[in-house]
Amino acid sequence: METSMNETQQQAKETVFRAPDRGDLQATATVDREVRRTVGEARVADPRIRCNDINVYYGTAQAIKNVNLDVGHNEVLAMIGPSGCGKSTFLRCLNRMNDTIDGCRVTGDILLDERNINAKEIDVVPLRAQVGMVFQKPNPFPKSIWENVAFGPRIHGLARTRAQLDEVVESSLRRAGLWDEVKDRLDKPGTGLSGGQQQRLCIARTIAVQPEVILMDEPCSALDPISTAKIEELIDELRQQFSICIVTHSMQQAARVSQRTAYFHLGDLIEVGATEQIFTNPQHKLTEDYITGRFG
Amino acid sequence: MSNQILPLPRPVEVINTGLGRRRAAERRFRLYGVAAITLALIFLVLLFISIIGKGYTAFWQTQVQMEATLAPELLDIADPADRNQVMAANYGAVMKAALRQAFPEVTGRAEQRQLFALVSSGAEDILRQRLLDDPSLLGQTVSVWVPAGGDIDMVRKGHIDRSLPESERRVSDQELAWMDALVQQGRIEQRFNWQFLSTGDSRSPEQAGIWGAVMGSFLTLAVTMLLSFPLGVAAAVYLEEFAPKNRWTDFIEVNINNLAAVPSIVFGLLGLAVFINIFGLPRSAPLVGGLVLTLMTLPTIIIAGRAALKSVPPSIREAALGVGASPLQTVTNHVLPLAMPGILTGMIIGMARALGETAPLLMIGMVAFIVDVPKGVFDPATALPVQIYLWADSPELGFAERTSAAIMVLLVFLLSMNALAVILRRRFERRW
Repeated sequence: METSMNETQQQAKETVFRAPDRGDLQATATVDREVRRTVGEARVADPRIRCNDINVYYGTAQAIKNVNLDVGHNEVLAMIGPSGCGKSTFLRCLNRMNDTIDGCRVTGDILLDERNINAKEIDVVPLRAQVGMVFQKPNPFPKSIWENVAFGPRIHGLARTRAQLDEVVESSLRRAGLWDEVKDRLDKPGTGLSGGQQQRLCIARTIAVQPEVILMDEPCSALDPISTAKIEELIDELRQQFSICIVTHSMQQAARVSQRTAYFHLGDLIEVGATEQIFTNPQHKLTEDYITGRFG
Repeated sequence: MSNQILPLPRPVEVINTGLGRRRAAERRFRLYGVAAITLALIFLVLLFISIIGKGYTAFWQTQVQMEATLAPELLDIADPADRNQVMAANYGAVMKAALRQAFPEVTGRAEQRQLFALVSSGAEDILRQRLLDDPSLLGQTVSVWVPAGGDIDMVRKGHIDRSLPESERRVSDQELAWMDALVQQGRIEQRFNWQFLSTGDSRSPEQAGIWGAVMGSFLTLAVTMLLSFPLGVAAAVYLEEFAPKNRWTDFIEVNINNLAAVPSIVFGLLGLAVFINIFGLPRSAPLVGGLVLTLMTLPTIIIAGRAALKSVPPSIREAALGVGASPLQTVTNHVLPLAMPGILTGMIIGMARALGETAPLLMIGMVAFIVDVPKGVFDPATALPVQIYLWADSPELGFAERTSAAIMVLLVFLLSMNALAVILRRRFERRW
């Protein structure tokens, strides 16, 4: 399977993982571990989504502290960090999925198309069609494959007749790389597919409503390496049309698929920058510790 | 002193010594389980044997063949084509004449009264129907099979002991002699008692049927189901998915759980006070019975519905919300279909309880002696359990066997409802 990667990503792939405590490692990070302000360029020119001063509270405990971050057009932003650092929480803010959690409070502005989508008066239903989400554990509806993909376009009125829906289903499944495998069993239940196929079905379901941003919460963590490779290929293709934010535990995956990477640590955004810079030349000592495997 | 003579036992050896006791305890527990099930099954079998043993004879009816002359002067009919005249005619006289003809040696009023009791008054309906169907029979002699009188029926079925001395018997020796004569002539038979399954209640047991009560129960349950299912499911969905979690909703939940435990007669009193006295709905109507039973079944459906909705995994909801479905679309398209098996089970349990309830129906008047089979929800009706109660109270022997037969019909009803529940569950079950 040929993967089309550019030069810099190829480079990053080869130099991403450095074993801890190698004698010849030059410690290049300069910012001290106690410093908690964001290092690097959190802002981009002409962002797709701009987040200002995001704070998330679960009851009284604060999970995200004063995060400012931009997501650019047609780019993949990877969010990495140790478990419990708030990456998934931050991701869920971007399509207001935190609303479904009792006791969760999100403050700050999230600007999408110049509108603050964190405001109470925003209707989250079209927002979630605009900002789609793929979850960690594949969760296809217990209905047929066709119904899984057609549900979204139908309820939003993007396709009405059976012919239109068929077209949408086929194009979404093709883009997700699943069409050839399921085209003659579209009426079979979606839950009867393998893990990797289910996740691609969920991706097809998400892109069927034609979102502008896709959020992916550790999409490959429950999958085998071959399915993972297929999905990473898919992410690279989707990048040409959408903006993608991907939360991942695997630094190699972040290096493979993303252009920008953000490192979270215990609720703080520690460092943001171009992927190859983060992985070869991090500025913050905490980032360097995480990258080199000293913890995490 | 520090020498250990015996080595410390290994943990595995300690475990092995205790194994015997543990295995024995498990065997005992399994025995208790099997014993409990066996006991329950024994009682169930005893129940069925006693009910079916007493009730199966009600499905057979002793019939007597009589030659009846439809003499126009006895019937007082001038024009057989006139329906009113045919309906109002005196068929009793015809039957009496037929009996006198069969036993010409009978004289004396007391003896004749006994003779006329050989045949049930239902014979008149049969003759009337014959003449309605074919008016040309007027003046002719027809051979009809008519139901025998109640006492003769009981003797033929063995419920009245012939060997007792006459003073201890309901039937006199003379009646037995007539019956034996008819048997010898081959004019007495046992036939399947279709009347039991197709007519309403009656004062004479050989004419009493269960159909009125069956229709009454059916109409009442239909009203109950049509009202309680949508209301219960909607309430469960609202409380589980949409209602904010605060003190009020906790209070409501506690109250719903309490309502499920309220004695059913209280609902009957409520029905009497509100539906009959305040709203002025007709007494004894299946509509009122259905409303009262709805109130009784709602808590069961709401509780079962909430449990079923809670058991749907949250990942399904998240997936639907993530695609941009509104909360209502999420519930109706995804959560509710998955929760259906549990909701349906709750509904069938509620319906089965409603079918067997007598107390609330007594309070709203469905205890009256209703002869006609109800046709709509506003007609006066009675219900199966109430009918059983009324018949159990009646002194005639014929009603004793009919009580057990009615219980059999009720059990068949219940078993079919449970079978339906199992079928519906299988159909709606999904794996995820």
